[in-house]
Amino acid sequence: MVPFAGYGMPVLYESLIAEHKAVRTDSGAFDVSHMGVLEIDGLDAHRALQRLLSNDLDRARPGTALYTLLTNESGGIVDDLIVYRRGETSYLLVVNASNRETDVAWLSERLLAGVRLCDVSEERAIVAVQGPRALERLGLAPADSFTFAEIELFGVPCLCARTGYTGEPGCELICAVERATELWDAVLAAGAVPCGLGARDTLRLEACLPLHGQDITSETDPISAGLGWACVLEKEFTGVERLREIKAEGPALRLAAFVMDEPGIPRQGMPIVPEGRVTSGTHSPMLDKGIGMGYVPARKSEPWSMLTIDVRGRPLWAKVVTKPIVTSSRKYTDRQGEW
Amino acid sequence: MAAAENYPADLKYHREHDWVRIEGGEAVFGITWKAQDMLGELVFFQPPQIGAAIDKDGSYGEVESVKAVSDLIAPISGKVVAVNEKVKADPETVNADPYGEGWLVRVQLSDPSEADALLDAEAYKQLVAEE
Repeated sequence: MVPFAGYGMPVLYESLIAEHKAVRTDSGAFDVSHMGVLEIDGLDAHRALQRLLSNDLDRARPGTALYTLLTNESGGIVDDLIVYRRGETSYLLVVNASNRETDVAWLSERLLAGVRLCDVSEERAIVAVQGPRALERLGLAPADSFTFAEIELFGVPCLCARTGYTGEPGCELICAVERATELWDAVLAAGAVPCGLGARDTLRLEACLPLHGQDITSETDPISAGLGWACVLEKEFTGVERLREIKAEGPALRLAAFVMDEPGIPRQGMPIVPEGRVTSGTHSPMLDKGIGMGYVPARKSEPWSMLTIDVRGRPLWAKVVTKPIVTSSRKYTDRQGEW
Repeated sequence: MAAAENYPADLKYHREHDWVRIEGGEAVFGITWKAQDMLGELVFFQPPQIGAAIDKDGSYGEVESVKAVSDLIAPISGKVVAVNEKVKADPETVNADPYGEGWLVRVQLSDPSEADALLDAEAYKQLVAEE
């Protein structure tokens, strides 16, 4: 167990590698109750959020969700989050645990009068069930990614969203904290393998999903991070002028995904020689190789570019690859010619 | 499968959780059950070169789990004569059998008397219990 954003979190239950592989091949369950849950309601909620979030809320009908960024005046990323549109005037934001207080302060200062913001994180638990067999294990019908519904699962009322942080199909179940252990036990009884924070990190990195605080920060912008698809530059929101400039000029650095070409494991903070830095690095349980992401000069960020990573004094070759590096539907073996 | 906790009596121990088995003028090095338990499943072993001189209390290589890196500390000085290729190919061998199949390097000792300063199994067990 490790402390994380005020919660005690297991790094692993039995085996990080077995947990990771369970999610890629079948299903795994994560207790992600540490995530922040914010309710935003009011006649002006749409207009207020539209000015603060990078993605276009008009892309989300009620019952659908969007990945979006909260940006500052210089185009930096305050947080990345998922906004769930519950009704015409009612939204739910699921935000990073470590940014919850920053986000609440940021939003409170900028929301319009008459828009209600309520931090319900302490009253909600979230169980993520992820993997190619996750929905089947829970007895749920397949549904489009980024849709959600209020359902009763194993007798527990919850918001069931087709979202996640592993690159796999599956869902995130948001329920009342009083019912959480009941839901958790039922999910495990259905056959999902309990997974800790360790597997959550290796899975999201194989899938090239950025982690705020490492791969994206208030000092980095979404265009350089490859998150331009979540920024609608035709609308007005905080920092959009700067993002339009970066897009027009082309970013100097880009967040590239890479796989080590020789034995060694890249880690956060290691230099990429001559220019760049690893923002996330680990051992990929599916490839059995070191993998990572890092900012490199734009001309070096294209797939097939070779990078040199300084692994504690050893200069090791790594190859830039297309994102994602691995998910269950995009296997290493399918692309063996690339390596 | 991980091994059960144990610290064989025929080994000498370094407080950085490394063990040594003296066999005449040579010795075999490895990491203890406690070390592999703290690290978790090993995924990488960076061995020294054959012939490299290694110094007592100095780092002679690295092992990594998914989450962490650890220097390998030489319990005594010597020259590397063999590296366990099985662990290089399959580092989890160390988790399964830290004192047997999971040995790391074999060295020719430069001063066997250095072993006298190391911990015996009882003293090492006590150190582990205190940590």
